[in-house]
Amino acid sequence: MTTIDPARTELQPSEAPSPRRSTGTRVTRAIGIGCLTAMGWLVAFGLGFSPADRDQKESVRILYVHVPTIWLAYLAFVVTAVSSGLYLFTKKRSLGWDRVAGASAEIGVAFVAVTLAVGSMWGRLTWGVFWQWDARLTTTALLFVTYIGYLAVRRLGGSHQQRAKRSAVLGMIAVIEIPLVHFSVKMWRSLHQEATVANLDGDTKMDGIMLFSLFVGVIAFTFLYVWLMLHRTRAMAMEDMLEDRGLDDALVARRAEAAAQQNGAR
Amino acid sequence: MEDAGFILGSYLLTFVTVGLFAWRTIRSGRKLADQIPDEDKYWL
Amino acid sequence: MSTWRVARLIAAKDLRVERRSKIVTNQVLPFAGITMVSFAFALDKQNVLDTVAPGLIWLATTFSLLILVQRSFSIETDDGALDAMRVAGVDARAIFLGKAMALAVQLLVVEILLLFAAVVLYGESIQSSGAVLALFDTPITVGGVDVLLGGTSTGAQSPVVAVVLLVTTLLSATCGLAAVGTLYGGLAAGFKGSETLLPLLTLPAVAPVLIGATKAVESAVGTAGAVVSEGWQWVGLLAVFAVASGIGGALAFGPLIDE
Repeated sequence: MTTIDPARTELQPSEAPSPRRSTGTRVTRAIGIGCLTAMGWLVAFGLGFSPADRDQKESVRILYVHVPTIWLAYLAFVVTAVSSGLYLFTKKRSLGWDRVAGASAEIGVAFVAVTLAVGSMWGRLTWGVFWQWDARLTTTALLFVTYIGYLAVRRLGGSHQQRAKRSAVLGMIAVIEIPLVHFSVKMWRSLHQEATVANLDGDTKMDGIMLFSLFVGVIAFTFLYVWLMLHRTRAMAMEDMLEDRGLDDALVARRAEAAAQQNGAR
Repeated sequence: MEDAGFILGSYLLTFVTVGLFAWRTIRSGRKLADQIPDEDKYWL
Repeated sequence: MSTWRVARLIAAKDLRVERRSKIVTNQVLPFAGITMVSFAFALDKQNVLDTVAPGLIWLATTFSLLILVQRSFSIETDDGALDAMRVAGVDARAIFLGKAMALAVQLLVVEILLLFAAVVLYGESIQSSGAVLALFDTPITVGGVDVLLGGTSTGAQSPVVAVVLLVTTLLSATCGLAAVGTLYGGLAAGFKGSETLLPLLTLPAVAPVLIGATKAVESAVGTAGAVVSEGWQWVGLLAVFAVASGIGGALAFGPLIDE
């Protein structure tokens, strides 16, 4: 637990160098620039240089953002699971792992939300419907709700360690839950093909420039993920510090109160 | 050209959502950084 | 005392509390019943009800599970009983198993009621499948349930197999539901906002049970031409789920309630 000595936190304007006002560093700036550049390339190739698909026509362009977001979401949730495990099973139980797990899940949920929204637009164009109960969509929807539950559990309150342990266990349970759900949904849908409106399932054969555009998208969103992770984990560390400081301040105030009462009583 | 609307819309939706998320992360980071002394900022 | 023995004691304790308070009998069972009635209001056509009846049974079961779990853990947190047990050195796995067993018993009672409700309200019946069997079918009424005896020459399934499928489904689904319910109930117990958190966590997690149990019951009662033999794969899924959630739950329960 990070504890801050309340007496130290008041910096005298004269003695301190101007405080650093953000979570940014040279590294994040570099990654940020890389991300923006890659995004620019993605737009250029996705919307411009790459050709229309033979079957899907222009709607294939949506895949260049849709596919990277879901891949990065999967990565984010894997990171959550791994860092949850690292928190639980390392002797030190460093809260840093808990923050990585939490930040990654937040970003993952945001990415899945974008995936579902953008995917429904793709579906409207290719299938004619915004939604279908096929295996992949259904599982993705359940994945989304599962991790929203994870985020809700993180906000239940209590000490940092309690939060960390609770969400770490849940983060690891999700790793078992998701394959089980996916498998059940696949079984469910494999017997009911009539629910599929069209045969196109999004696995277009991509080659050449199309594949390149997809890679650019993956690279761009990976940069984005790392950038967001760095900033968010640092912000979370500060949130925890403030919470601790608030607790310390309250303790100091309470002791002062008790001392004053004693003095008054004498 | 309903297609173009959806395609551009999906790119727009993605970037706007992600941009908002990023902006909120930076903003909360700035607000917090004002309240924490530099020596506690482990990334510096 | 072995974990198993402690678990049985805890299960007995929970069931004794229920026997004295009669909350499940007086509140949860009627809730399950009124849910089935509500479904009929919402899905007004008879042929729709016929087709979806198995699903509705498991939907109502899932909703009842949420209430049963809330109840199961409210009796612990009200007086800090859960913490007291832990402080006394009771193995968390025993608590998990005990509470899950008690929950399973109560859930089974609800499910049996729901099956009867489906028969009575939706006209559900256990049939042998296959139009070919019509030549050999002799309707027999057993306790208000129409049981069609299928001929054996076409390899039709006898209703006995269908009933075995039904019972196996009930048991394996209940185990899975009870395990997941107990796990998340323990996680959410005693926290502000836990009443709303529990459904959010539980419903995605029990989706496999909802899917598998519905399909298995559809096979057992022959909805929309489903054959009994198709049902066994779903029971397999339910069994895997029950084992996975049972073991996972037992392992995870300790860290979750240790605060």
